[in-house]
Amino acid sequence: MALYLILLLPFVGALGAALLRANARNLEAWLAAAIAIACASLLATKYPDVADGRVVRVAVDWLPQFGLTFGLRLDGFSWMFAMMVTVIGALVVVYARYYMSPADPVPRFFAFLLAFMGSMLGVVLSGNLIQLVVFWELTSFTSFVLIAYWYHRPDARAGARMALTVTAAGGTCLLAAVLMLGHIAGGYELDEVVAATQTIHEHALYPAIIVLVLLAAFTKSAQFPFHFWLPRAMAAPTPVSAYLHSATMVKAGVFLLARLWPVLSGGDLWFAIVCSAGLASLLLGAYAATFQRDMKGVLAYSTISHLGLITLLLGMNSPLALVAAVFHMFNHATFKASLFMAAGIVDHETGTRDLQRLGGLYQAMPITATLAMVAAAAMAGVPLLNGFLSKEMFFAETIFAGEALWVRIALPATATVAGMFSVAYSARFIRQVFFGSPGEMPREPHEPTRLMLLPSATLVLLCLLVGTLPGRTVGPMLDHATRSILGAERMPTYSLAVWHGLNTPLLMSAAAFIGGLTIYFWLTRKGHPIGALTPVFRRFDGKRAFHVSHISLVRAATLVVRTISSTRLQTQLALIVVSVISAATVATVGRLQFDLRGGWTRIDVAFALMWLVGSACAIGAALQAKFHRLAALIMVGCAGLVTSLTFAWFSAPDLALTQVSVEVVTTVLLLLGLRWMPKRLPLELQNRNRPRARARRVRDATLAILAGAGLATLAYAVLMRPAGPGIKDFIVANALPGGGGQNIVNVILVDFRGFDTFGEITVLGIVALTIYKLLRRFRPAPEVMTTSSEKRDGAREPSDPSAALPTGAMLAPAVLGRLVLPMAGVVSVYFLLRGHNEPGGGFVGGLVMATGFIVQYLVNGTLWVESRMRIHPLYWIGGGLLCAAGAGMLAWFAAQPFLSALEWEPSLPVLGKLHLSTVLIFDLGVYMLVVGTTTLMLIALAHQSLRSYRRMAEAEQMTSIRMVR
Amino acid sequence: MELIYALAIGIFCACGVWLVLRPRTFQVILGLALLSYATNLFIFAMGRLTLNRPPLIDPTAAFDASRYDDPIPQALVLTAIVIGFATTALFLVMLIASRGFTGTDHVDGVEKKE
Repeated sequence: MALYLILLLPFVGALGAALLRANARNLEAWLAAAIAIACASLLATKYPDVADGRVVRVAVDWLPQFGLTFGLRLDGFSWMFAMMVTVIGALVVVYARYYMSPADPVPRFFAFLLAFMGSMLGVVLSGNLIQLVVFWELTSFTSFVLIAYWYHRPDARAGARMALTVTAAGGTCLLAAVLMLGHIAGGYELDEVVAATQTIHEHALYPAIIVLVLLAAFTKSAQFPFHFWLPRAMAAPTPVSAYLHSATMVKAGVFLLARLWPVLSGGDLWFAIVCSAGLASLLLGAYAATFQRDMKGVLAYSTISHLGLITLLLGMNSPLALVAAVFHMFNHATFKASLFMAAGIVDHETGTRDLQRLGGLYQAMPITATLAMVAAAAMAGVPLLNGFLSKEMFFAETIFAGEALWVRIALPATATVAGMFSVAYSARFIRQVFFGSPGEMPREPHEPTRLMLLPSATLVLLCLLVGTLPGRTVGPMLDHATRSILGAERMPTYSLAVWHGLNTPLLMSAAAFIGGLTIYFWLTRKGHPIGALTPVFRRFDGKRAFHVSHISLVRAATLVVRTISSTRLQTQLALIVVSVISAATVATVGRLQFDLRGGWTRIDVAFALMWLVGSACAIGAALQAKFHRLAALIMVGCAGLVTSLTFAWFSAPDLALTQVSVEVVTTVLLLLGLRWMPKRLPLELQNRNRPRARARRVRDATLAILAGAGLATLAYAVLMRPAGPGIKDFIVANALPGGGGQNIVNVILVDFRGFDTFGEITVLGIVALTIYKLLRRFRPAPEVMTTSSEKRDGAREPSDPSAALPTGAMLAPAVLGRLVLPMAGVVSVYFLLRGHNEPGGGFVGGLVMATGFIVQYLVNGTLWVESRMRIHPLYWIGGGLLCAAGAGMLAWFAAQPFLSALEWEPSLPVLGKLHLSTVLIFDLGVYMLVVGTTTLMLIALAHQSLRSYRRMAEAEQMTSIRMVR
Repeated sequence: MELIYALAIGIFCACGVWLVLRPRTFQVILGLALLSYATNLFIFAMGRLTLNRPPLIDPTAAFDASRYDDPIPQALVLTAIVIGFATTALFLVMLIASRGFTGTDHVDGVEKKE
């Protein structure tokens, strides 16, 4: 339970932090710190278990059918890491409270920081490898949003994008590797995979797994050649850099390597890749750090270098090196986080991080300077500090790593050189900032508040304690951590003493110090300032490779898009039609059998005549749609009526009813729309005869005829063969016993496929709302507003809302139209109620009712109607959805699945026996929603006319005023 | 009968495709209407053409599934009609809004230069 809490608390806190006010800096910080401390305390309670070498596990089924569980697993190593994440997290939160400016939107910062903490804890505590990948990707994502926190800055955006691209690519590799591992081991649990080490080593996929895992780890831990994103990520706020890019996220890569170390290490391949990448990062990072101008740049390259050291240790295939690696993970986190904090303080107090401009700060801020000096000394590996201990272990390991003589010479030599640079950049970092002549700084520096120094001081104290009393402080934890990775039998013996006597590692350290100081003084000799550009190292610039590949990818994609697609709708539609025709041809050619034994229905002359009219209408509409819109619209309506009659003819009364009522409403809609169409110009008539226009028409006509002929052939082929066995018999047989209705179509809609209908009416509601919203910002075309003279005849003028009856031509329609409303109401309810047993139902009923409303608008005018009755379509839509959903949820009270029909047959005194069912409520919901949707659309359109009248009137008023003046 | 039905679908489809490929929004909207008629009729045809056998169960008579037309295409087409109505309405509003914003009723929002 406690484990779940540790994982859950940060995410819950992130949610809470996101909801707080933008200026609640103190509250945010308190919340975040409390959560981090709570997680750390919960972890501390688990220490006795971990100290006994037990593994604490909790698990719930996640996808049991795929053998996946959501499991958390706490052993010594994950305990150490989780502790680092939470404790440093708490310190960073306190630091961030004072670092962030009041203008920064802190809820976003703390919410993402907590979310990151949760993801990192997820990586550390996952017992399941797939789950680990999920959290791994989450850390990539949260770090992306944290780097881009100041997203108004281009460098922050670019840095975040680069970090995300690189680390997420690594995450994909990790997923592939984990899938292979799980496939070979027969399970994704870490313990299962560790148990299958032998099988994995012998498997053919072993090298591929190694490469993929290393890609993931190297991208995450910014190892050569993927190191370039880390310096760019320094655009993040400094607390983020201190937390993510020194202590935690970049450690995820080496964490993974250590976690899978027993499974993957041991071979030459592992040694070759891991050691060379680690060595390259160690050396190049240290070298580049020496030449940085930005304080954070120095620290970023130094982080690359130190992570390279850890990677190198992990590649050596020796348990003792693993111990050193785990130890250095801890040490590096403490001194690097505190150094980042110091850099942030300097930046915060002076307004710059440029080493060239800074100087002499020791006078102004002695405490900060002292803390930074101790931490930098730990980074350089000065004795009596924790960095010294792990560095000694590292030096000792380099001597015994390889078998070959050149390895035994080259490795210690390179390590010593890297150590020299490490001393050099540490010395430069301190001397340049805190000593020498005072620089020209934007602000007068002074010591920050004590609480801002507290986190850094805590970490520095830790460095000192570990450095002087390693056995008493970090010893047990390190022991549990390494024991949990290696197991009891492979556990090496080692000594954490500060003094090991005069041996080779100590000599190497001494050489590193002397060499480092020499390098530093040689570089800073008179007339040779350290520039921003790093000699030689520029050639190893992954950043450039990244940009080049990025740009060429985008270019290639643009080229592909430009060649195979078009922004023009006509071309797109033509391509769609062509591809549909070709797909259908490929699928059916040579396979269409016209089985003439199929039952012919006798030709009915009336039907043939009806379709003669229908086809003529369709062709007429096609030819006239451009220049005679009204005629074309009428003809399309006529074609719709023929369609609806066809439905009625072939035993589909429900379809016929729906089609007719939809036809009415659609026609009214389009009529309303006609008003905003522009005039066709005679010029266009001339354009018709141009060769290009003619060629296009020939092309389109060919396509149209091909499509029509194809569809006709397909339809004929289908109609000529007997129907195959489908689910028809089942549905027909169960409609009455199972659905309780005689109208099978309605039973399907409201019962068998009720969920589908529910989705459909939701879509209807969404469409109505979209239309409503679109029209609220609507700007009518200018000439519809200005050519007012011809539109101001009596019929178009808005009628007087107070008059009982309109005068003039609209008198008779108005009287008749008003009679329609109650009748429409009765008919619609009748359709609704009988729908379950006879043709009708909610759709038809709703459309009939809506038509009744529309008629009122049409004959009486908007103002007249709305001064007498408000329809509130939005209420109808909402009520309808609630009604339908409520009907579905009623089934829950009878312990049935959502939307199951419940029936009730009461016997009432007068009415006799009744059959009531929840599907009626559902259908009522459909009815209300259809009424609401339809009226909302039409009223919104009708109001546009009204609005443009108003604007016209306003415009005229304005001109008359101007004329008077 | 089947032949007429198939031809009718073909004609509607051809007119619809022709209109959809035209440059003016109003033509496209009418084309979509015609295309949806054709499609609905086509889907409806999957249940074959039957006369005088609506899928309304007569509870008094003995049950016989062959006495009723296939209700499944009908239910699908009913859904399609209603959704088609919604998309037509949405398209109409897009058309009007685009006309208001761009000042033209060309489908691409700009008049083509000939």
